Amino acid sequence: MSALRIAQEEKGWLSSETIEFVAKYLEMPAIAVFEVASFYNMYDLSPVGARKITVCTNLPCALSGGVHAADYIKKRLGIDFNETTPDGRFTLKEGECMGACGDAPVLLVNNHQMCSWMTEEKIDQLLEDLKK
Amino acid sequence: MLEIEIDGKQLQVPDGSTVMEAASKVGAYVPHFCYHKKLSIAANCRMCLVQVEKAPKPLPACATPVTNGMKVWTHSEQAVKAQKGVMEFLLINHPLDCPICDQGGECQLQDLSVGYGGVESRYQEEKRVVGNKDLGPLVSTDMTRCINCTRCVRFTTEIAGLMELGQAFRGEHAEIMPFVEKTIDSELSGNIIDLCPVGALTSKPFRFGARAWEMSRRKSVSPHDSLGSNLVVQVKNDVVKRVLPLENEELNECWLSDKDRFSYEALNGEERLTRPQIKQGGKWIEADWPTALEYVANGLKSVRTEHGADAIGALASSHSTLEELHLLQAVVRGLGSDNIDFRLRQTDVSADAHRAGLPWLGMNVTEIGALDRLFIVGSFFRKDHPLVAQRVRQAVKRGLKVSVLNPVVDDWQFKIDSKIQVKPSAVVASLLAVAKELAQKTGQALADVFLPAAAKIETDAAASAVAASLASGKQVAVWIGNYAQQHAEASRIEAVAQEVARLSKGKFGVLGEAANTVGGYLVGSLPAKGGKTAAQMLAAPLKAYVLLGIDAELDTQAGQRALETLGKADTVIALSAFKSESALAYADVLLPIAPFTETAGVFVNTEGRAQAFYPVVKAAGDVRPGWKVLRVLGQLLGLDGFDFDKVEDVRKLILGAEQQPERSRFNNLVTVESFALAAPVTGVERIADVPIYAADPIARRSAPLQKTRDGQAPALRASVSTVAKLGLEAGGKAKVKSLSGAVIVPVVADDGVVDGSICLAGAHADTSALGGLHGEVSVERV
Amino acid sequence: MSSQGIILSGLDGDRTWRLADYIKRGGYDALKKIIAEKLSADHVIGEVKKSSLRGRGGAGFPTGLKWSFMPRAFPGAKYLACNSDEGEPGTFKDRDILRYNPHAVIEGMIIAGYAMGCERGYNYIHGEIFEVYTRFEEALQEAREAGLLGKNILGSDFSFDLFAHHGYGAYICGEETALLESIEGKKGQPRFKPPFPASFGLYGKPTTINNTETFASIPYIIREGGDAFLALGKPNNGGTKLFSVSGHVNKPGNYEIPLGTPFADLLEMAGGVRGGRKLKAVIPGGSSAPVLPGAVMMDCTMDYDSISKAGSMLGSGAVIVMDDSTCMVKALERLSYFYFEESCGQCTPCREGTGWLYRVVHRIENGLGRPDDLDLLNSVTANIMGRTICALGDAASMPVQSFIKHFGDEFAFHIEHKKCLVPQDVQREGSKIYVA
Repeated sequence: MSALRIAQEEKGWLSSETIEFVAKYLEMPAIAVFEVASFYNMYDLSPVGARKITVCTNLPCALSGGVHAADYIKKRLGIDFNETTPDGRFTLKEGECMGACGDAPVLLVNNHQMCSWMTEEKIDQLLEDLKK
Repeated sequence: MLEIEIDGKQLQVPDGSTVMEAASKVGAYVPHFCYHKKLSIAANCRMCLVQVEKAPKPLPACATPVTNGMKVWTHSEQAVKAQKGVMEFLLINHPLDCPICDQGGECQLQDLSVGYGGVESRYQEEKRVVGNKDLGPLVSTDMTRCINCTRCVRFTTEIAGLMELGQAFRGEHAEIMPFVEKTIDSELSGNIIDLCPVGALTSKPFRFGARAWEMSRRKSVSPHDSLGSNLVVQVKNDVVKRVLPLENEELNECWLSDKDRFSYEALNGEERLTRPQIKQGGKWIEADWPTALEYVANGLKSVRTEHGADAIGALASSHSTLEELHLLQAVVRGLGSDNIDFRLRQTDVSADAHRAGLPWLGMNVTEIGALDRLFIVGSFFRKDHPLVAQRVRQAVKRGLKVSVLNPVVDDWQFKIDSKIQVKPSAVVASLLAVAKELAQKTGQALADVFLPAAAKIETDAAASAVAASLASGKQVAVWIGNYAQQHAEASRIEAVAQEVARLSKGKFGVLGEAANTVGGYLVGSLPAKGGKTAAQMLAAPLKAYVLLGIDAELDTQAGQRALETLGKADTVIALSAFKSESALAYADVLLPIAPFTETAGVFVNTEGRAQAFYPVVKAAGDVRPGWKVLRVLGQLLGLDGFDFDKVEDVRKLILGAEQQPERSRFNNLVTVESFALAAPVTGVERIADVPIYAADPIARRSAPLQKTRDGQAPALRASVSTVAKLGLEAGGKAKVKSLSGAVIVPVVADDGVVDGSICLAGAHADTSALGGLHGEVSVERV
Repeated sequence: MSSQGIILSGLDGDRTWRLADYIKRGGYDALKKIIAEKLSADHVIGEVKKSSLRGRGGAGFPTGLKWSFMPRAFPGAKYLACNSDEGEPGTFKDRDILRYNPHAVIEGMIIAGYAMGCERGYNYIHGEIFEVYTRFEEALQEAREAGLLGKNILGSDFSFDLFAHHGYGAYICGEETALLESIEGKKGQPRFKPPFPASFGLYGKPTTINNTETFASIPYIIREGGDAFLALGKPNNGGTKLFSVSGHVNKPGNYEIPLGTPFADLLEMAGGVRGGRKLKAVIPGGSSAPVLPGAVMMDCTMDYDSISKAGSMLGSGAVIVMDDSTCMVKALERLSYFYFEESCGQCTPCREGTGWLYRVVHRIENGLGRPDDLDLLNSVTANIMGRTICALGDAASMPVQSFIKHFGDEFAFHIEHKKCLVPQDVQREGSKIYVA
């Protein structure tokens, strides 16, 4: 799993070539590696933008504006879930519980950076920062 | 032992049994999909939920271990309610397209839905659609029908040894697939068709060929490798539509190799020979049987008269029936010749004169499970013996340690404990090094005859590792494979391998090359009184040849040289199920004989087990069973001992009333009177495998098998460093030259091949010009 | 964060997680005591049993008893695993424990390793909190450098090493056998039990799996004694517990309080219902626990037994509060979607059933409900529950059953009138972005 994570960090997403490479490296059948890559949400099996933003819309978050925040980002970026902006900068994903419901609305940038209490102003700021 | 009560019936089962196993003992059928007795337990379909006393919830019978005093109800209200609930879930996303599904009529889901399904679906939502996968030329997919039981995934991983299928994604999106655009290349792939409980995986060659209930099921025996897998041949309107395994726990279990399963396509092909033909003035004319046989008898008689009986020779396929092999040698011997052989790819049969009995595996295949050490010498084991390799694979999981000596070590999909990889000309010395190490490690003396040679060789770490492995075993076997038997120094290999077996107190075995290799020895279809061997008959032309069931340039070691030799004969009589361009050129008479599906006969497998089979379809055209053709020929020649009415009479003559060979006749002991190492070879040596789907006339004519990866045209395989040293380029082409000819073949880098040698398959039109299977070659880039 | 407890008390957020801070708080005293006094494994397990500590991951299984299941004389390796794969909607306590007090978990695991004779442990951390994973790695490094982890801990002959492992987005890995599969590098599909992990766990070796909070409670129990821990709570419900309060409250967050504290007090601590609206419903133990009407909850105390009596589960202690702006159909739709998305796909009832449930609830929410849909939902959940390999099937079913049971009228209204009982603008107002 770590091997796939590292490969994804380097390549941006997991192409079949990348998966095959990891499989060879680990001396495993390629399909066994693909099983893993396709099972866990945070692996991307198709290209994503430079910044992947994953917003939690699960119930506890939704009660405190998770959906609202996602709608706001959609409006700001002009894309829906699972879409990438034409300039390739942003991809938006709908996430499941990230284990930070008390910080709602919560979003993840590129899987690893968690942003809490995302008001519209903070979202604006974040998008600005990420453009740099 | 544990006490258990199932549906009111008491029984005792061994510790570790599951409820499912116990239930099947009392004949209580528990519905199931994912459970399969030969596969690991997945417990994922949940169809086998049963009621267990004191358990709050129904439990899966397949995965629940029996505990002492357990009470189980397989059809109680609670159990049936759970089973029906699961059935509903299985059906909601299933397309229910039974009318257009090949599985219809033999579908576990269809059958069980009759008992457990509802009349109409409560599921009113949109159904799932899953994209089909291209698994290659043998297995067809309709993945929307898949119920994710993962039997196929477990089969590829556990039985075939390589995970070629997986269950990717998750939840409702889970689907069974190979890795992106990969096909299933296993030589056992067809079994996933049988395993699939629904119509997701079906036979591609059979697709839409017939409904299950339209076909009759007839028993038969596989004519290919030396295991003798038991078959169910399915027939409609006198055409073989499909071949399935007939379960035989002692041989093929519930499996078949793809060769056993899909070769039948050749029997319905266009190359079938269906009328006797005689060549007159260079032109082929069709003849009726009396005319053709009269012509043959006269031809043979006149050759004998003019040139003597020794000018007549016969070459028989080791895939022929026992009766055919017997009668052919009787015809030849009746004519006064001793020129008869069935070991067409062998060149060194000098051990013949020193054999104490008939060579065989030295054990039953069921005993493989009890071995703890196995040494395989000279074999392309996995492809030559797919299901024996499967048994070894399971034994390896239980702790069997396998050692190998071969110039090519391919991936056999099980762990090889120690290996010796040397060039062909070094095989004997390396084997002797193992014997020498073994003698030392076990404190025994090497047989005197080997001492002078052993004194001249150095042992090495690899030999020591193999010897150590064998010395530490309690149940040891040493086998020589097809490659060892086809090797230029076959008799020396056999002699030393036998010595290794003796020193390790193990069983010595000869892996049978083909379906009836043991049968050929049994009926003496080989020279006994100084007659010519197959190699000798093909080295210098005789005046007359009788060929039984062979493609001369492909089924012999001589390759194209065989065509030249046969071309110089006065008369060549070919008994065959097929015609070919080359046969039309070299033969003078073509007699259409029946393949295994159209005749009765016996194959004796590598364990020495005689298995009789009967025709499953009517013979095509004017085709006659080989034994009848040879009987009439014997009679026309005025020979004694050809007055048979029934095939059973021939069989009884060979096997006696027991219908089985006398066990005392099997003995692998070869007396070694002298032993010396051959002179070293310095040049590039060729190693020739016989590709799995090129090994016999039927397999090589099966279109679907030829489309598989194993059916691809031969390439020159050599290690990366050898490719470089020879100035070749992987992916490019090379010209390979022998004394007889040259061929141009693609180059593939493969570190499984010993450095300095090349592996280039025989038994193929692309390489037959080389006129042999082994020896020195020169290689250059083109 | 407010604490009357033992795990998150006396902390100063991000500033006091390091080893030195932990030692100042009395950290590793328990371990030192064990090593110095050569306390026996039996003694340690005995203290844990006395404490009446129950698994904090959701199932509430007595920890001491679980530890005693590990085979003592097993010859080969034995493993320990910490379940920090916190993905149950509403739960966010382990993240704070690992962020603010990682050494409490490490010490707890070392002690557990000592008590059960394990040579190696793994902490499986939810993929989405990757920053926590990297911090935990740092904490491990600190512990190793201080001789608290690795070979011959504190100069004794006891050796134990601990590794962090991260998930990468799969709720199911919170199921203990799926978690083991995932540590082994495979997809997280639960295993059929038996065999149980205590006999056939990680890499086929005996393995014990506990929740982060469970491990973090151990040092206190050993340092102060099992009785002291028990006294913090109430009989059969020992100690304090972290409650993650989310949803329509003024101050969402973690609250560490003694078990048995009235729900009303907890709600007050969390600032009460937001905007002065009326409490409508509470899911008291994470999204998989049955929902309870607000009025029922107000009569409950926060402990395993009280919540169970009321018809739900204390679960992981995740309290999701919903006020009267919440459409219960929509709430259930979102939860059903979650289980549909997170089903691992291995066994039939869950793979097929979760999608069915979601689609029907989705239809009802979108005005396409049919009169017999509620019966259908109840029947389908009955066919899932108790028929699957792991508890996800049950987890997906319980919300459906309880939502219909307690708020059936609202569902019926939806089906009949093709719209929500709660006006859209009220819903929108209630679910807009709220940050305390």
